[in-house]
Amino acid sequence: MDFSFTEEQQMIRDTAEAFLTEISSSNAIRNAMATEQGYEDEVWQRICGEMYWQALHIPEEYGGLGLGYVELVVMLEQMGRYLLCSPFFSTVCLGANALIIAGTDEQKQKYLSQICEGSLTATLAYTGNNGQWDASAIQATVASQNNDYVLNGTYLYVPDGHTADLLIVAVRNEGSIGEHGISLFAIPANTPGVKRTWLPTMDQTRKQAEIILDNVTLSEESLMAELGNAWPQLNKVIQLATIATAAEQTGGSQQTLDLTVAYSKERVQFGRPVAGFQAVKHQAADMMLRTEVARSAVYYAACVAEEAINGGPLAGELAEAASVAKSYCSDGYFKNAGDAIQLHGGVGFTWEYDVHLYFKRAKSSELFLGNAAFHREQVAKMLLD
Amino acid sequence: MKLSFSQEDENFRAEVACWLTENLVGEFEQLKFRGGPGDEHMFPKERKKWEQKLAQGGWSCVGWPKEHGGRGCSIEQQVIFNEEYARAGAPGHVGHIGEGLAGPTIIAFGNKAQQQKYLPGIAAGTELWCQGYSEPGAGSDLANVRTKAHFDEEKGKWIINGQKVWTSLAHESDFIFVIARTDPKSTAHKGLGFFLMKMDQPGIEVRGIEQLTGTSEFNEVFFDEAECDADDIVGEPGEGWAVAMGLLGFERGVSTLGQQMQFQNELNQIIAIAKENGSNKDPVIRQRIADAHVGLKIMRYNSMRMLSSDGGSNKETLIYKLLWSTWHRDLGELAMDVLGPEAEILMSAPYDLTRLQSMYLFVRSDTIYGGTNEIQRNIIAERGLGMPKEPKISIK
Ligand SMILES: Cc1cc2nc3c(=O)[nH]c(=O)nc-3n(C[C@H](O)[C@H](O)[C@H](O)COP(=O)(O)OP(=O)(O)OC[C@H]3O[C@@H](n4cnc5c(N)ncnc54)[C@H](O)[C@@H]3O)c2cc1C
Repeated sequence: MDFSFTEEQQMIRDTAEAFLTEISSSNAIRNAMATEQGYEDEVWQRICGEMYWQALHIPEEYGGLGLGYVELVVMLEQMGRYLLCSPFFSTVCLGANALIIAGTDEQKQKYLSQICEGSLTATLAYTGNNGQWDASAIQATVASQNNDYVLNGTYLYVPDGHTADLLIVAVRNEGSIGEHGISLFAIPANTPGVKRTWLPTMDQTRKQAEIILDNVTLSEESLMAELGNAWPQLNKVIQLATIATAAEQTGGSQQTLDLTVAYSKERVQFGRPVAGFQAVKHQAADMMLRTEVARSAVYYAACVAEEAINGGPLAGELAEAASVAKSYCSDGYFKNAGDAIQLHGGVGFTWEYDVHLYFKRAKSSELFLGNAAFHREQVAKMLLD
Repeated sequence: MKLSFSQEDENFRAEVACWLTENLVGEFEQLKFRGGPGDEHMFPKERKKWEQKLAQGGWSCVGWPKEHGGRGCSIEQQVIFNEEYARAGAPGHVGHIGEGLAGPTIIAFGNKAQQQKYLPGIAAGTELWCQGYSEPGAGSDLANVRTKAHFDEEKGKWIINGQKVWTSLAHESDFIFVIARTDPKSTAHKGLGFFLMKMDQPGIEVRGIEQLTGTSEFNEVFFDEAECDADDIVGEPGEGWAVAMGLLGFERGVSTLGQQMQFQNELNQIIAIAKENGSNKDPVIRQRIADAHVGLKIMRYNSMRMLSSDGGSNKETLIYKLLWSTWHRDLGELAMDVLGPEAEILMSAPYDLTRLQSMYLFVRSDTIYGGTNEIQRNIIAERGLGMPKEPKISIK
């Protein structure tokens, strides 16, 4: 047993940190978030071309680096910390994961290698308009017609849905309920019948979209996994993405703490830095506790995720580890971000200081893939029913 | 990062589990799940006997080096031992202060003679220790101890005068370690000594203090011309603070995983009650039980991080006391809320508490002893975040 980073993992973290401080400055974030696209092409190209981050955990046979989920989580933590505006999360943690878990060989060959080249972005669409994040969220439908499939329905809250090149969509057989009758398809965004609309969001650092499928007609080659039986795979993809989100939240928690401590050491009132007041110290201590606890949850979940993808004794813990991490990190990040505003005083309430960016991301990431209460209920089902 | 244990360690796990199944029987059966926090006053004699049994089997002080009478287990094996010990429901160690605090301190800071004199009794489970730190005027502000020590040339002994308070298990103990002022003119953490003393002597008087549980696990200890052999000061006179602080470092560590297993046993009990009385259908209770489970899981992961790092000043270690004490306090409340009105009903008059009532009341001390939550937050802010130290204000 060794629950600490290898040297390579530490290097990945340090490199990520150094690069992100360069490309994801406050100015860069603000420029990117003001656009509908939500990121600068040049930054994304540098990430793909220079850093090769998008290929990190994709298997080598598809052109990736073949590293593990722990390495990915290490990077995501830093991306959350520096609020990187990019299609990384949607492309890698949703799109690539869906392809790895549920794609056919041809789909993997075709799309994963394009993702590795940096020429393809992707995302996952599964949530309809009922505000749910489990299988009941899937409302779009599929019907067979001759040898084709016809897809219809509306998705909401799809990360980068308006810009992604490839859409992984979840649909259900008409009349099916719950986890039954679910299928996954991989469709290029420019397929006829696909209509995409940007949904402006309070958290501007991560873009969302509505996607409407209007009689989108697909052949067999777009089908992923087994027709009508893809929930187990989709569920796994969602759980992996849940852990990825918790990793970003951990980074965000850390940054709200760091910004707060730095500011409180500078800001002088009553003749001394406000950091010397015990009320301030104790809130900061609680913020550090929440950050460290989040980190413990996320690193463990990362190890579980790794084994869930590549095999290992912990694979069966995926659902639990994801819900443990997401419930803790969601509440922890939001609390930290709120405390950060409070401890900054008036400047924390300005658009100029970055604290509000974290406060807003904390809420959007809390809601995304189910908030803390949702995940606690998942745990409760395991324990109590 | 690698979370699984090696095959060798898994074999070790089987060995521990097997030994416990074979030996935690007969007269020891009644000790199962007893003697933990909140229950420490129960069966002290019988638990002492059990610890001697452990020692005979080679299962006491498993983390101590072999040359000092331990088993020399690796960190992983200590984790496993503690996990299996708690899983089997083996009783709380009545000798935990000797095994976890006094022993490691004597190993780290004591001389050969002290090691030979004291370690065997701890390892054999025959001699119990208590911790004489707190005083009426020295709680959080431990460096404010007033108990005095002077060397009597004629007797060739240290003479101790003063008072300790909140001394857990003093009434069961054979020895006490004491911090006392060797330099009467000194203040704060300068001029202290660290003494190893026999309890059974005319100069020491123990008076039990009744706790809010109605039982009494801690005591006042009075020193009136109490004697301590010249050889029984650890380190030099005046250097006691360094020893005392070194000791506090041993309070963390692998025993936390065993403690978590006890927490798990408590949570399991609460879950079983919830399923039985239907509160498992209450959405608020469901959230709180899930939250407790989440908290306990992460506590375990956090400990694994602590054990894999080099300890001490790491952030995950700094927050640990605050984390578990607060979690456990919340668990007490959860237990009562799951029980509902039944929570109030005693086992019997005059004040015989159920296990969960006892837990619920005792957890209020978890956030006090071993550094209160407020002190923990000061330490985290100052050492973990580099925020300014508390200002010193002297009141005349
Ligand atoms: C069940 C139990 C068992 C114990 N066993 C032992 C034992 O075996 N041996 C032993 O030596 N001691 C033992 N103790 C004593 C324990 O270590 C002390 O109670 C503890 O350190 C707190 O000291 P105090 O009680 O004097 O509280 P005080 O220090 O008087 O604290 C009162 C309140 O003031 C707060 N406070 C104090 N200083 C500060 C500060 N600087 N900043 C912010 N807030 C502050 C505290 O957090 C607390 O809320 C035990 C205590 C209990 C409850």
